[in-house]
Amino acid sequence: MSNIVTKQAEQKLQSGAVKVDGPFWGALKRDLLLSYRRKSDLVNPLIFFLMVATLFPLGVSPEPQFLADVAPGVVWVAALLATLLSMDSLFRSDFEDGTLEQLLLSPQPLFMVVLAKVLAHWMLTGLPLTLLAPLLGVMLFLPGEGMFGLVLSLLLGTPTLSLVGAIGAALTVGLRKGGVLISLLVLPLYIPVLIFGTASIQAAITGLPLGGYLALLGAMLALGLVMAPLAISAALRISVSG
Amino acid sequence: MADKKWMPRWFYQLASPRWCYDITGKLLPIFAVAAVLLLVTGTVWALMFAPADYQQGNSFRIIYIHVPSAILAQSCYMMMAVAGAIGLIWKMKVADMVAKSCAPIGATIAILALATGAIWGKPTWGSWWVWDARLTSMLILLFLYFGVMALNSAIESEQTAAQATAVLALVGLVNIPIIKYSVDWWNTLHQPATFTLTEKPAMPPEMWIPLLVMVIGFYCFFAVAMMLRLRNEIVRRERRSSWVRELISG
Repeated sequence: MSNIVTKQAEQKLQSGAVKVDGPFWGALKRDLLLSYRRKSDLVNPLIFFLMVATLFPLGVSPEPQFLADVAPGVVWVAALLATLLSMDSLFRSDFEDGTLEQLLLSPQPLFMVVLAKVLAHWMLTGLPLTLLAPLLGVMLFLPGEGMFGLVLSLLLGTPTLSLVGAIGAALTVGLRKGGVLISLLVLPLYIPVLIFGTASIQAAITGLPLGGYLALLGAMLALGLVMAPLAISAALRISVSG
Repeated sequence: MADKKWMPRWFYQLASPRWCYDITGKLLPIFAVAAVLLLVTGTVWALMFAPADYQQGNSFRIIYIHVPSAILAQSCYMMMAVAGAIGLIWKMKVADMVAKSCAPIGATIAILALATGAIWGKPTWGSWWVWDARLTSMLILLFLYFGVMALNSAIESEQTAAQATAVLALVGLVNIPIIKYSVDWWNTLHQPATFTLTEKPAMPPEMWIPLLVMVIGFYCFFAVAMMLRLRNEIVRRERRSSWVRELISG
């Protein structure tokens, strides 16, 4: 019996009816479509990003020289907090309406589905944040030489933030008050990304080579891409069964 | 049955809370005596007989607390993660309890390491705190302990809490090599490791032998604290089983 099933599966695989990346594109399309239908949720992290960055000139000092010094850190911290804020909703609605259970029960590899969901999350928060960052840079008098480093470091760093944050979201999805707990779980893990992200901008401003920092950010992203979906899947299974 | 051949018998016995309770009861006095002897010997030796540093004078003596606690804080995290992994893979209740018992001890030891480091930093570096790579990564370790404890207490079901904590502890394991090698990778203020397994310490033996005594003493102390917590946890979780009832009533 099992032999026949395997043969059928093999035939399907050869004919192209079953694809490993099928669930990936399916989940990605679904998540993007769902978010597109609720457009206001998309803008919220971006507005938050802008508002946090506005607090610094008002709260600390509007001095251009001072702002230029702290700009890399402020933009990165704001991006980090905006990502964190949007993290709680990643699996929440799927958990509440039972979709998540169906995804866990489905024979499709959970790794791919989870990766697609994280990618969708990044396309809707990390990527817009990266594109918006130069505007914040200008507002905070970031020197022009730093812009390149700012955009590149965010481009490499924000997917890692989404991947790591998703672990926290998956661990707390079953809890009613997951919001603060996620920050507690995830922020320590964000610190290395923050350090190398801001260091690469500082290097770009002072004219030092920033390849090393970007390579480290890339390495963290590569590690996250391979390992994080495993942790997210395991965490989802634990949260849903509990 | 096949795996019985390569797994030693005690590994299966460990899965039994009752066996674990009995064996820790026997081991506890041994480790307690060893911890007291080693810590007293080490402290007296370190504070009274070890020579003063030629640059730092007597203020260097705090390393006899600082180094063991810093080493132990990391070992404790690794033990928590490994116990968590064993709990996840073999669904071993005792391993979950070990992981849960490790977290508060590790957090306390990490605070001790950071505090003694700050006290030492004031006369030597001139400030309580420096945003140096090793200090920062040690602080992250403390935050990770807090995260693990917060997650564990937030989830009501014991089993789910243990599994979720184990996943988090394993993810946080990436920080351990960062702490370990931070002083080698980044050229920072904190000096390199005091002890390595392969090389002779840079200190004279009169200085490092008491330190070694203290390190072993700290490990014994950790074993005692961990076993006490573990035994509490076993009795609390097995309170409905007949052997615990007999234990309490008899």
